[in-house]
Amino acid sequence: MAVAFDEMNGPGGDLRPAYQELSRWLKETPPDALEYRRQEAELLFRRIGITFAVYGDAEAQERLIPFDVIPRIMSSKEWTLLEKGLKQRVRALNMFLRDIYHGRDILRANVIPDDLIFQNPVFRPEMNGQDVPHDVYVHIAGIDIVRVDADNFIVLEDNARTPSGVSYMLENREIMMRLFPDLFARHRVAPVEKYPDELLSALRSVAPLSASAEPVVALMTPGVYNSAYYEHSFLADKLGIELVEGRDLIVKNDEVFMRTTEGLKRVDVIYRRVDDDFLDPLTFRPDSALGVPGLMSAYAAGNVTLANAVGTGIADDKAVYSYMPDIVKFYLGEEPILKNVPTWRCREPKDLAYVLDNLGDLVVKEVHGSGGYGMLIGPAATKATIEAFRDKLKREPEGFIAQPTLALSTCPTCTASGLAPRHVDLRPFVLTGRDHVTIVPGGLTRVALKEGSLVVNSSQGGGTKDTWILDE
Amino acid sequence: MLSRTAENLYWLARYVERAEYLARTIDATLRVTALPAAYIGKTNEWDSALLTAGVSASFYEAYEEANEQNVVEYLAFSPSNPSSIKNCIEAARLNSRSVRTALTSEMWDTINSAWIELQEVWGKGTSSREELARFLRFVQETSLRFDGSAYRTMLRNDAYWFSRLGLHLERADNTARILDVKYHVLLPEEEHVGGPLDYYQWTSILRSVSALTAYHWVYRETLKPWLIADLLILNDTLPRSLASCYSNLVRNLDQIGVAYGRQGASQRHARGVRNRLEHSHMDDIFQHGVHEFIQEFIADNARLGEIITKQYLI
Repeated sequence: MAVAFDEMNGPGGDLRPAYQELSRWLKETPPDALEYRRQEAELLFRRIGITFAVYGDAEAQERLIPFDVIPRIMSSKEWTLLEKGLKQRVRALNMFLRDIYHGRDILRANVIPDDLIFQNPVFRPEMNGQDVPHDVYVHIAGIDIVRVDADNFIVLEDNARTPSGVSYMLENREIMMRLFPDLFARHRVAPVEKYPDELLSALRSVAPLSASAEPVVALMTPGVYNSAYYEHSFLADKLGIELVEGRDLIVKNDEVFMRTTEGLKRVDVIYRRVDDDFLDPLTFRPDSALGVPGLMSAYAAGNVTLANAVGTGIADDKAVYSYMPDIVKFYLGEEPILKNVPTWRCREPKDLAYVLDNLGDLVVKEVHGSGGYGMLIGPAATKATIEAFRDKLKREPEGFIAQPTLALSTCPTCTASGLAPRHVDLRPFVLTGRDHVTIVPGGLTRVALKEGSLVVNSSQGGGTKDTWILDE
Repeated sequence: MLSRTAENLYWLARYVERAEYLARTIDATLRVTALPAAYIGKTNEWDSALLTAGVSASFYEAYEEANEQNVVEYLAFSPSNPSSIKNCIEAARLNSRSVRTALTSEMWDTINSAWIELQEVWGKGTSSREELARFLRFVQETSLRFDGSAYRTMLRNDAYWFSRLGLHLERADNTARILDVKYHVLLPEEEHVGGPLDYYQWTSILRSVSALTAYHWVYRETLKPWLIADLLILNDTLPRSLASCYSNLVRNLDQIGVAYGRQGASQRHARGVRNRLEHSHMDDIFQHGVHEFIQEFIADNARLGEIITKQYLI
């Protein structure tokens, strides 16, 4: 594996310009002051209750995601490029979804194989021929980006269903501004606080035609036991909209209402943080207690907008991901600005053979997996784990893809033995409304706190950092 | 607002109020039982604490004897007692989490900090009188902070009013129960109510509703049971009296009615109860029977809870 690119001390150990002021500040600041601030930050997180639940961990039902106080910094030039690439990619994702559920030009042009769509469990036949307001399917996208050098941004994953983490982007900034006002005074950091406003106007802009002039937007959560519940309540609060659960909603005559102290009130747009499967027990899983019976028929009648739309999973499927460069070219006629990680699709015999021969060097992921669960990191895995994966791959090759182990870039991070480089990724949040795509300058930087680790997922011991885009 | 949000706010306030009341009850009982036997007569004060908390029956399913250790454990820490202080704080936190958007950050901070302290400091209960005293103070301070932060930081809209409804309904219930137990259950029929032995009992009632000093200010007399009943039932100036609770309930329900442009059964019912309190005199109440009067009140109060639930919360 190549030596990782460090975002502060570039190749050859030269201090990169965006980090100059930080480096100076770090030299002036005694290490115990940093440690003191770190503890203070942790206390703040706990008191505010910014927690997440780890599934399968009864001991710690609510945990804190470790927060690293050293910011990750990008220049405005880097951001401009990234922003352009993200907008391009999300536009293509929306056009792809519109096409898949309507004319299917892309299949007829043989750009991607039919069975990848039709045999895919996240493809939703219910959405065939259904129009969604302004053809927006993915209103909120979280695109996971990694870097391997100074010039290239690579997309690791598209999250087009119910991406989470934006509350950390906002809260991390709040806490950093409280703890390090002096450091902010020495930088011009682009603000992220407009995100809730941008999100609300994007959601309002896609209200159904039958909505009133002031469309009612609500955020739908699976409830307090969901791992991202804090984020749901945080966002509802910042947007000034009701945080509803399935049991608060009722469908009458194909319209959705919420039960309020003043009777029923119509809801026009639902920012839902509930998976497709649980939305409506009449259409999807009949055992779902989280959903609203009849929601899909109100949706089909065009009386409510769901954000994101139903069926977007087909766009962030990891096998479909491997076709993203072709998808961008097909719909936009442009070269993709953001690269893909080279991907072997195990469903193809030639690729499978290669993957089986090189398991020790590759990262193998489940096509429908997320959160870092169920993946193999070849170079870090034991022989036994690799062999177990080999069996799984042979049994169900179409369930997996494989990628080379990337040397993710590193950023200086507080560790028990002082500042040290740790691997990071970045999830910016891309909002699509009626007529424009917006991205607040920043995102959620996740950091693998264990030395050498490449897994940044919070469920696997990853932490977060504040992400600064310098406004030069 | 969402019915579920209103319901959560209402119960959140009830749980916090109940936790405080239980802490005061334990505190007052500890003081009485610390007195030499000659001052307190033969009654079992811990038994009486269970009765005022309304958990006597379930207690005896789990324990043989009502002594300090068992009752403190049951009222304060027992996971199997649904309204133990610990469970009240847990339930308050769960309710707060469900309605975070309707709480101010100060209110959330109070409940969340209390919940954290409950786990980290009081997870194993208390092992000495001093610790117990500290725990009880912690619970009372949590309630004061919660109440204070609600009062000082919440918008005066339906969220605030529903939270106040929960508080006053719970408070009225608690005051009524403690009066009832002391007046009826504890004192043997033939003994003259207000005999010298009871002095410390009455002190302890007043203490558990934080009205001992208030009594002296209002009546400038030594403790007399009928004056205590007058204070706790009819005196509108005492925040924990039944009359005061109902003034507040009527006012908050009216505010909701005005905001929503509609009155209903809960406004009518609350006004009915308030009017009865306003037009009652202690003499009549005694003639009618204090126990009967209070029992009727407790039933009316519970009925108001049901009506509010039906009208707004489901």
